[in-house]
This record gives sequence, structure tokens and C-alpha cells, in this order.
Amino acid sequence: MAKIEDKPIIQMRGVTKRFGKFEALKSVDLEVATGEVVVLLGPSGSGKSTLIRCINLLETYEDGEIIVDGIRVEEGRALRQVREEVGMVFQAFNLFPNLTVLDNVALGPVRVRKMSWDAARKRARTLLERVGIGEQADKYPIQLSGGQQQRVGIARALAMEPHILLFDEPTSALDPEMVGEVLDVIRGLVDGGTTMLLVTHEMGFARKIADRIVFMEAGEIKEIADPDIFFTNPSSERARAFLDAVLNH
Amino acid sequence: MDIVSTFFNIDVLVRYMPLLLEGLWRTIALGFLSIVLGLIGGLVLAMGRLYGAAPIRFLVIGYVDVFRAIPVLVWLVIVYYALPFLGIRLSPFASAATALTMISSAYTAEIYRAGIEAIPRGQFEAGQSIGLSTFDLMRDVILPQAIRIVVPPLTNNSINVMKDTALASVVAMPDLLKQATQAQALAANPTPLIGAAILYLILLLPLVRLVAVFEKRLGRSARR
Repeated sequence: MAKIEDKPIIQMRGVTKRFGKFEALKSVDLEVATGEVVVLLGPSGSGKSTLIRCINLLETYEDGEIIVDGIRVEEGRALRQVREEVGMVFQAFNLFPNLTVLDNVALGPVRVRKMSWDAARKRARTLLERVGIGEQADKYPIQLSGGQQQRVGIARALAMEPHILLFDEPTSALDPEMVGEVLDVIRGLVDGGTTMLLVTHEMGFARKIADRIVFMEAGEIKEIADPDIFFTNPSSERARAFLDAVLNH
Repeated sequence: MDIVSTFFNIDVLVRYMPLLLEGLWRTIALGFLSIVLGLIGGLVLAMGRLYGAAPIRFLVIGYVDVFRAIPVLVWLVIVYYALPFLGIRLSPFASAATALTMISSAYTAEIYRAGIEAIPRGQFEAGQSIGLSTFDLMRDVILPQAIRIVVPPLTNNSINVMKDTALASVVAMPDLLKQATQAQALAANPTPLIGAAILYLILLLPLVRLVAVFEKRLGRSARR
């Protein structure tokens, strides 16, 4: 395990998110330490994705505050600074179909870090090698399998050298035989010291890589626990019922 | 007098062809300028509509609604005959170009907006998540995808603008139609009008075909 520093890199206090009258997040408090790997579990609709999407303000929130690396997450000048530091991997990949795989990865460094295309593409190739698809660099996303596309998505996020990586159900849209290759890549990132928040339904994987499990239901955090304790002896009745449902079928 | 010598009188047509071609050239110049300016103006309006602050958004909505509602001929006549009272005196060509551009911009703005809104939300989110500015997001990600969607309706709109140039004859601009009516009066024969109609068709029929080709190609790639 990477060394976890005590200073929280993410602080969420009383974060409340409403869609109309529906409260998707109900006054959520959460602190994440630098280098920590946090896995969010819970039934669908419990607010896990909404929570991590608030961290780079893809979702706005009505109440409370989120501080990322000392910067308040809100509309305005500082927002792009936050987004430069926070990488995101999406369930539906969201690769840019009009760009080659290589340029999908190089675009951020060129536009945001003002790197030259040559330098950014060279680095993009290295990153694509690292996620095991160097030979696909000059194809377009549509020519790749789902698992390959998601690895491009991870390389694209890594290209910005983020301090924090958010994974929003990165394997949920994949055919079962491709889940493993993506999980392998994610596992390879764990010891790199990057803070990670991961929403997933892969329970075995969660237990292996998480420093802490955050269990959510109905827009609230019901339990925060060490993974071994969470999976063997959860303290909340809700978590017990959830684990029964997902593990014994 | 038989039909051929009345409507398809070769002598008359040959005699007045230089006059018609002069008009055709002005029609093309006016149409081309108004189309290009309308494409640029519409993009600016669409950006204001989608990403501007609230007052800008409402101004754009008002502009787009008004200029889609007002008849081209009415607005053209206002620009040419009414603006001089404010001390703004434009030539027939400038009046027509101004009026056509202002109205075309309103239509193209709506086309761009629809094209941009057809791009999945995930594309915007992915661009934002790597820290792209709105400008870079548009240039590198959204507009290159939207352009494929908007080319057929933009070509359609361009055809309409080119056709509407004929209205400029009302403000004494010697465009193709004006030259043709003049030639008809001089020759006391309607052949020049038929000639003008044929020239309009030669100019616009290929564009109409082009839209059909674009739409077919877009339909194919959408099914892929």
C-alpha cells in the first residue's frame, strides 16, 4: 500500500444535491486522505455517482462545500484548476470519436498544459503502452473493443497527471470478458500514490484495492469501514442486507 | 407568334445574354457574401444563446425569433428605404447583403444550436473533466462532431438565401431578375425571363442534389 498522508486532499461538508424535489445527496460529509483509495458501494440510485461527479462539478450541489487540494469547488476561475487536478473515467468511456486514440490522450496536455503536439503525442504513446494498447494508437475509438476503449479513457485521464482519479462505474458497460483487463489497469495505478475514488459493483475487486469502503444508500453515507471488516462484519443492517443481495445469488 | 419565338426566342436571348450574365454575377456575389456572413453570424449567435450570460441569451432568443418571423422583403425594404431617415444610407447591394445576412444568421443560429445539442452530454463532460476551456471544447470536440449534423440543413438554408437574393431587385439592385425584367421590357419579349429562370436552376439544382447526397451519407453513418 502507498503511504497515506494524513492531510485530507478532499473535504466534503454537508454536501446536498437535489434533482427537483428529490434529494440525491443528503448532507454528505467525507474526507479523503492523499493517496487513499476509497471505493463507494451501494444500491443503484444511492448517490454514489452523483457524489464523485460533484468533486469536479460535473454535478452542481445546492448546499455544503467541497474543498479539493485547498481549492473550493464552485463555478468560476478556480474550477478549471480543480478539473486539471482531478481525472475522471466514465462508465460510457466518452472518448472523442473525431480524434484518433493517440490524440484523445494528447489533447488535454496540449490545450491545458500548453505542451506541443509532438511532445504530448510522444507521452500519449508511452501512456497507451502502459495500459497495454500501444499498437492501437493510430486507430479511431470506434475501431476498438469496449475494454480497449476504457483503457484509452484511463490513459486520457492519466495524461493530465491528476492528483485525484475518479472512476464512475468503469466496467459496468463492458462485456464480462473485458472487465478483467480494465480492472488490471486500475489495480496497476493503486500503488502510484494517486488518490482514487471508485464507484463499482465488482465486490471482489473493491475488497482487494480499497483502503476504505464507503457504503451509501438513499443519498446518505451509512457506513465507512475497512474493507475486510465491511465484507465480513458490516455494522449497519443496510450494508448487511446489501451484501446478502449482491454476494449470495 | 408561336410559343417558341415568344418564350424561347434565340435571337433575343443571345442579344441580352451579356446583360443576364452581369446580373447573374451580382446575384452570386450577393448570395455568396450573405451566406458566408450568415454562417459566421449564426455561429456567434448560437454560442451566445448556449453559453452567454442570461441577458445575452435573452437578447439572442429575441433576435432569432424576430428575424425568423419577419418577411425578408419587408426587412429589406426597411433597411433600404427607412434607414436613410436615421442617416444610414446603404447602396442597394449593401442593403440587400445586410438584410439577407441578418435573417440568415437567425436561421443558421438555430441550426447550429440543434447540432450542438445533438452531441451527447458525455462528450462535454469528458472535455470538461480534462480541464478544456469552453473554446477548446468547442473547437476540438463538439463542433467537429456537430458539423456533420448541420451541413445538410445549412446547405438548405444557403439555397434559400441564394433564392432570396432575387428580392434585391425590389430595391433597384441590378441582379439577375432585375436585368431580366429590364431586358424583357427592352425586347418586348419574355424570353429573358425564361433565360433567367434557367440560370437560377443551373445555379441551384446542383446544390439541391448536394443536400440529398449529404443526407443520404449522414443517414448511412448514423446507422453504422
